[in-house]
Amino acid sequence: MKIKIQREEVTEYEVALENATLLELLNEIKTKQDATLTYSSGCRSSVCGSCSVRVNGKEVLACGYKVQEGDLVEPLQNVSVLRDLVVDMERAYEFNQKAKAWQTNESNIALTQEDEKRNEVQSDCILCGSCYSACPVYAVNEEFLGPFALTRVWRYVSDAREAGVSAKIDTIQTNGVWDCTLCSACTVVCPQGISSKADIEKLRSKSAIQGYSDPSFANFGGGFGFDGSPSF
Amino acid sequence: MRSDVLIIGAGGAGLVAAINAHESGAKVRIITKEYPTRSQTSMAQGGINAALGNASVDSIEAHVQNTLKSAHGLANEEMVRFMCEQAPVAVNWLDSIGVCFSRTKDAKIAQRTLGGASAPRACYAQDYTGLKILHTLYDRVLACGIEILSERYLLNFITNTDEYNKPYACGATVLNIRTGEVESYESASVIVATGGYSRIYDKHSTNAVGTTGDGIAAAIRAGARLSDMEFIQFHPTALKNSSILISESARGAGGHLLNSKGERFTNELAPRDEVARAIHNEIEKGEDIFLDIRHLGETFIDEELPQERKLAKLYENVDPVYDLIPVKPVAHYTMGGIEVDANSQTKLRGLFAVGECANHRVHGANRLGGNSLLELVVFGKQAGESAAEYAKKFTKSIDITLQTKSANNFITGVKYFTNQIDFYQKREFIGNIFYNNAGISRDEMGLKAVLGAIRQIQKEIPFMGPKDKSKVYNTNLVEFIEFGNMVELCEIILVCAISRNESRGAHFRADIPQENDMAYKAHTITWKEDSVLCADFME
Repeated sequence: MKIKIQREEVTEYEVALENATLLELLNEIKTKQDATLTYSSGCRSSVCGSCSVRVNGKEVLACGYKVQEGDLVEPLQNVSVLRDLVVDMERAYEFNQKAKAWQTNESNIALTQEDEKRNEVQSDCILCGSCYSACPVYAVNEEFLGPFALTRVWRYVSDAREAGVSAKIDTIQTNGVWDCTLCSACTVVCPQGISSKADIEKLRSKSAIQGYSDPSFANFGGGFGFDGSPSF
Repeated sequence: MRSDVLIIGAGGAGLVAAINAHESGAKVRIITKEYPTRSQTSMAQGGINAALGNASVDSIEAHVQNTLKSAHGLANEEMVRFMCEQAPVAVNWLDSIGVCFSRTKDAKIAQRTLGGASAPRACYAQDYTGLKILHTLYDRVLACGIEILSERYLLNFITNTDEYNKPYACGATVLNIRTGEVESYESASVIVATGGYSRIYDKHSTNAVGTTGDGIAAAIRAGARLSDMEFIQFHPTALKNSSILISESARGAGGHLLNSKGERFTNELAPRDEVARAIHNEIEKGEDIFLDIRHLGETFIDEELPQERKLAKLYENVDPVYDLIPVKPVAHYTMGGIEVDANSQTKLRGLFAVGECANHRVHGANRLGGNSLLELVVFGKQAGESAAEYAKKFTKSIDITLQTKSANNFITGVKYFTNQIDFYQKREFIGNIFYNNAGISRDEMGLKAVLGAIRQIQKEIPFMGPKDKSKVYNTNLVEFIEFGNMVELCEIILVCAISRNESRGAHFRADIPQENDMAYKAHTITWKEDSVLCADFME
């Protein structure tokens, strides 16, 4: 099987492996053919988030993707490449800090099964960064808090134990929920089945309840609301 | 800039220690060779034990007794009792900071049965327990504003000596993987939380590729002692071709183990050492082994074991809802590790250890499922607080010149190794001979043969080395140093396994299948004197 890997230039490798994951194939190349090939990996079971790359333009986890003849493997986009398929995740991770994606207070409120289901999927996030690579907004606005950070904010905002919802919502107004175009690119590539787009929509509803509105609409009003009545 | 507490490793143990050291007022710095959420902890599936009695009647005493029984006389009852008593506090704390545990119908934390437990005791979050705990801890660390330096690989602990010529730990030298530069970090105290060494078994291990025992090897080099290194747990059910873990909760929920004839052959809920041996015996007879969870039904599997279904489909092309899952036992957890006292401090002053790299004498000869996540929370708190306390009283000077120079010499020199022997081949070879001769079933002849091979490989190391000479992000270099650490630990494991002329828990000697309390109800302690390995049995 032949595959192409985007290194400093596109390099082709031929490997005698059938029905293998991309990670198994990368390991085969590194240990048998070319020790300089550089990529990240960890658990092999899609929970550590280390091995996200793009195959034929789409973000996948190398350990969770069955490699096909002729595949083109590239590093994630919207992020600086350290070497070959390894990118610098620091910047994306910093958005968790900026978005204050944590529980504000300690609390032992008894959660029901229904409470727990509310953010069951969101708390499966593995920070692989696929969503930042696929996000067209982040591609043009590097201050955009971005998909996984906003999902992680929703994970806490939706949690009955969180006592500081209002402050959490305040934090994500600028370069946050209203910047998203709801294009669903993040949802399509998430290996954990999380839809940051849907989480952002839910955060928008919460924001609206708190009195925030989409700043891009506010600019149109010129003092008048959409129903034509003057707004004060 | 100097920190009060330097933590090496950002898995569950390291992060819990960091939060607690921070809350004790210390300036904390975390160093990890990956990123904080990429550690082995993310792979823990089954749960975290605490006798909450949410699913049926349970007691702390039952938790203590189950743990002691499984430990086969090698656990310290006081430490086990402390851990089990603290367990409800630990789970309560995790719940309070936002861990999304699965819940019962009456709004309590859900619990399920794992092997060797007399009650459903493992609190869980589907089969993503470790993942959800780890990420919540990470979020907490961010909330505390603790400094995290990622992609720094530990080389050695820095030690100085006091006026009585007694050594103390005061920092670490690391390789910045991104720049290829050596960096030295000064600190009043150091906590090592770098995980276990199951990757010695290479492809016969459930573990993440980074589980190479770096911190343990660095600790014995720096003057700490190790204990019980021969005790390595084999998880009964990993996927046959890929060694990917299928959680014990699959058996806890009623899954069966079947041989090729479709017969059950063991009690699926016995402790892991017994089940792994039973499977091993069947395989020796020529049987293939399968895990059968079909009768649990699709709804249950999707609710409680979603990850297992996904992984079985991906790696074995089987759907557990309709098919048998081919399995085999592989290396999963290392009970042995850095010897610590009742405050998590090692024999080297100022060096604390916690998590799988440490041996708190709570697992003894065989760990119970659900006790490893528990251990890292309970002792992570202890290690963090102890290291912060020690740092407060620390008044000694720190001189990093010598060790920084030696680390730089090493990183420069290693690239000139001759490269006539491929270390990746040797790594695979070691994995195979360890699995076959120093694995589930061992005997003196086999162990000595492997020791001979390891001593030969030690001599050959200068003829290996990284093929990749580049400075920036050289994973070939990192993997070579990891390989060196593993080879160092291999010798220790084998010396311990050869010395222990009995069978106990996970250490099963086919040539001496009995437990011998008279001679061996003691810990195998190892240390180095002038770089020479020493070993003895001690209480």
